[in-house]
Amino acid sequence: MTGTGVGRVILDVANASAGYDEALVLHNVDFHVHEDQFTGIVGPSGAGKTTLLRLLLGVVEPRTGSVTREPDVRVAYVPQLETVNWDFPITVDECVLMARTEQRKLPWASPSEKKKVADVLERLGIADLAQRHIRALSGGQQQRMFIARALLREPNLLLLDEPTSGVDVNTRHDMLHLLSDLHDDGISIVLTTHDLNGMAAHLPHLMCVNGTVVAEGTPAEVITSDVLEHTFGARLEVLQHLGMPIVIDDYAGRPTTVVAS
Amino acid sequence: MNVLDTIFAPLAYDFFDRGLIVATISGALLGLIGVYITLRGMSYIGHGLSHAVFGGFAAAQLFAAQFYVIGAGLWGIASALAINVVSRKQRIGADAAIGVITTGSFALGVALLTKFGSRGPSFDSALFGSILGISTFQIWGLLAVAVLTLLMVVFRYRALMFTTFDPDVADASGVNVSRTDAMLMIVLSLTILATLTVIGVTLVAAMLVIPAVVARMLTNSFSKMLVTSAAIGAGCGFVGMYLSYYAGVPSGTMIVLTGSVVFALALSLRSIRSAVNRRSHTADAQAQSVQGKKMPVTF
Repeated sequence: MTGTGVGRVILDVANASAGYDEALVLHNVDFHVHEDQFTGIVGPSGAGKTTLLRLLLGVVEPRTGSVTREPDVRVAYVPQLETVNWDFPITVDECVLMARTEQRKLPWASPSEKKKVADVLERLGIADLAQRHIRALSGGQQQRMFIARALLREPNLLLLDEPTSGVDVNTRHDMLHLLSDLHDDGISIVLTTHDLNGMAAHLPHLMCVNGTVVAEGTPAEVITSDVLEHTFGARLEVLQHLGMPIVIDDYAGRPTTVVAS
Repeated sequence: MNVLDTIFAPLAYDFFDRGLIVATISGALLGLIGVYITLRGMSYIGHGLSHAVFGGFAAAQLFAAQFYVIGAGLWGIASALAINVVSRKQRIGADAAIGVITTGSFALGVALLTKFGSRGPSFDSALFGSILGISTFQIWGLLAVAVLTLLMVVFRYRALMFTTFDPDVADASGVNVSRTDAMLMIVLSLTILATLTVIGVTLVAAMLVIPAVVARMLTNSFSKMLVTSAAIGAGCGFVGMYLSYYAGVPSGTMIVLTGSVVFALALSLRSIRSAVNRRSHTADAQAQSVQGKKMPVTF
């Protein structure tokens, strides 16, 4: 699997700081998104993972430094499921069609749009759910629906906020394989997560964030006790299993828990 | 009196014909706009903006009493845009922004009228309106706002839906969120102004919310909610006018009461449907359990 970032730089974050109101959440961040990027941003709650994603997306402006996008970059975003208004009256196909908001003014979908929506739902395995309300889907299906909406924009950079949060182990496994397939199709992917072990098993490149970039590299380079202590503020033991790092949570002397993927 | 007489007898009166047309169009218009307002959590805005318009009404009279409608309209638009800007701030919600800006504007109106008096129409007729004394100018004004609103809903349908559902992602997807929000606020102000002088503040606030909330209970689709809400609003206006005629009660009051009854009916139907569904699911589960289809639990 490639994805450690050797292609052309399509998005460049240079010495950027960002935040909300008076609070600065990110300081002096340097990050290059390459054409073949497949990166997981890990860090504790409040570390600035989502802010970094929003900085890449362009909805948060850097206070200092810069974020430069190549002109041909088409970014699509998959939001965190917890932030979605699930009571909103909208069916799956209506939601996916939102990706075409600026391409057509009329409310109803054109024949070509209907085909594109049907195709992308088919590809993601949720074609039979097109007429369902968004709340009537499982967590994995909801995630796929937002990925379908993102793919309808035909992006070359896909940003996902906590795509494996709140889903079971099988769904997480399927989700990461789906993202891997999309990456193989030529889409650069950057996602945020709390799930260290899941990322170590599936992603070629990780970045640890806690207010700034603590470390970045392959899972083997990044998932070490020292880096994790700097990132999470707690000593976490790392074991090697079949050449893959596995993080053991023995924080504060509690009984150890092994989460293998 | 048979049913046909009940329907056609009031139509012999010109004032009733005008009232019926205006109440039906106003109900549909408020029902349509109300979908966006309720889904954005700004249900209080109808009540608030009518108060803000009162400030403009009072201020406009100081300069040119005959143009009080224009003055009140501009004031309402300015208030709506201010609410829009302030409510986007991180620490101030839309409800607080509406509360501060509109009551401030209302207080200013009271102060100006107390100090300088009214040189134009009475306080009551400007603030509460009269559906039975509608001028041709008011009907044309209402029709113009209805056409403008319809054009906005059709040609900005996707942008309005996206910015209502998820403004951040809409922004990142190239939708001009600020412009879309501002456009909605301007059309809302014009809608309130056009219906306020005709129907009154109580009806405006209530009819922005009731049809949309009922429609939400009946459908899970955004496009169907728009159509359903507009139809419910128009129906309430139409039926309410007839009830007003026969009951001898002010039209605005009967239109709102009709809407309230529709809301109560929809809520009851929904509760009954949920109870039936629950019972059906429980019966299915019990049947499966009896037939041994349930997965055994082993430890």
